[in-house]
Amino acid sequence: MAPVLSVSALRKTFGDKVAVDGVSFEVGHNEIVGLLGPNGAGKTTTINMILGVLEPTAGRIQIEGRDVATQRAQALACTNFTAVYAPLPGNLTVYQNLRVFALIYDVKNSAARIQELLEQFDLVAFRNVKCGLLSSGEQARAALAKAMLNRPRLLLLDEPTASLDPSKAREIRATIRALARRDGVGVLWTSHNMVEVQEVCDRVLFLSRGAILLEGDPKTLPGEHGKGSLEDLFVSVAREPLTFEAG
Amino acid sequence: MRWHPVLAIVLRQFYLLRGSPARLFPLVMWVAVDILLWGFITKYLATVATPGFNFVSTLLGAVLLWDFFGRVMLGITTAFFEDVWSRNFLNIFATPLSIAEYLAGLVLTSIITSSFALVMMIALATAVFGLSVFAYGAMLAPFLLVLFLTGIALGIFGAAVVLRLGPAAEWLIWPIPALVSPFVGVFYPLATLPAWMQAIAHALAPSYVFEGMRAIVMGGAFPASHLLWATGLAALYIVLATVFFVRVYRYAVRTGLLARYSAESAS
Repeated sequence: MAPVLSVSALRKTFGDKVAVDGVSFEVGHNEIVGLLGPNGAGKTTTINMILGVLEPTAGRIQIEGRDVATQRAQALACTNFTAVYAPLPGNLTVYQNLRVFALIYDVKNSAARIQELLEQFDLVAFRNVKCGLLSSGEQARAALAKAMLNRPRLLLLDEPTASLDPSKAREIRATIRALARRDGVGVLWTSHNMVEVQEVCDRVLFLSRGAILLEGDPKTLPGEHGKGSLEDLFVSVAREPLTFEAG
Repeated sequence: MRWHPVLAIVLRQFYLLRGSPARLFPLVMWVAVDILLWGFITKYLATVATPGFNFVSTLLGAVLLWDFFGRVMLGITTAFFEDVWSRNFLNIFATPLSIAEYLAGLVLTSIITSSFALVMMIALATAVFGLSVFAYGAMLAPFLLVLFLTGIALGIFGAAVVLRLGPAAEWLIWPIPALVSPFVGVFYPLATLPAWMQAIAHALAPSYVFEGMRAIVMGGAFPASHLLWATGLAALYIVLATVFFVRVYRYAVRTGLLARYSAESAS
């Protein structure tokens, strides 16, 4: 089966600065892939290119076999995302925001779908509350509900649990894992919480200075590189990327 | 073009207007203030000037048409600014929504809000000052069309400028109608202007509307060729403004401006 997301030789430069340098990877159906790396590694730049809001300097991105550059609308119709830096507009209620995005994504039977998501993300009590008045955790859940509206085949989650308490974060992780298993969704997940990554991701990609340095199973990868934990490996990659480039 | 994303943009504005009386204020109060202010001025002028000159149809009618033009333009820019103010670009543009659908949504929003303001203005001017829109005859519709098309074009242009230069550039957009008004002869014949201003006026579609309006009120004729020229100019503005917006959008996607558009990203 073709992957949900296929990224090949992706490159982005801003003048002389290389933000993403020849990145290639795939995300399969039912697979949760962690995109890891220190600040400035190129994670958000990569995600923005996948979302079509940043044009690559070179390379190709395909979602469900559709090229983002030439079949943007079809590719993004089966994609959705949530990111801490892109909250839903605070001047609309949770329901109003979901209704607007349901129209944009042409969600069939949207009233029932919205109700289902309000229940799934424990937002029924906040249905008519403006998003700007919600706590950061509630806003994160509202953004996740938006991200699920169109039953995406590819889900991009940029630190989705950063604002959630441990209990809600665990629920969200379980929900997304179940979604990936049940509906064959491919998930690209960024997080700085290595315990979470180890729990939820099937595979991780370590980005540093715009390039993928390491790739593998988050449970076995630290041992393969002589580290005790994924967090130790992350710290090493962040501090001594050249060691891994050479290796 | 698909209609549901277009309606999504309109629905968002409807929710904002319904949920915030402050947003309704400019639609209702400013036009009411303008009509009342100019209505009383025309009443006063009618008492001191030579009998026979119809100040209500000439001045108050001009205010009404000019306010309509301003409402159309602001209908576009304000709807666009809502996405700027709520930092919503990433959410909006990382969807299947196309630029054509987004712009169509802004235009449809402006049609609804400016029509509402127009009806308000006509009702007030008619009820309080006896303005009869029938004084302009069948020409009223093409006059409104030219002003509408020009307002749409300027609105799209203004949105593109803010997208390119950043949120702070909105302060360059609000005064555009005021900057244009001296050149288009809202309250006086173009012949009043110096030659260099007249040259600019002839390239501005609204100039023909206000010249035509005065000609009709004074019982003269308004050449159809002028109307056609004005309509053609206004249509050309829309094409140019749309091309400009698309170019700016592509620049924003290429350089990363769109992805990192934030509160003070003016360059």
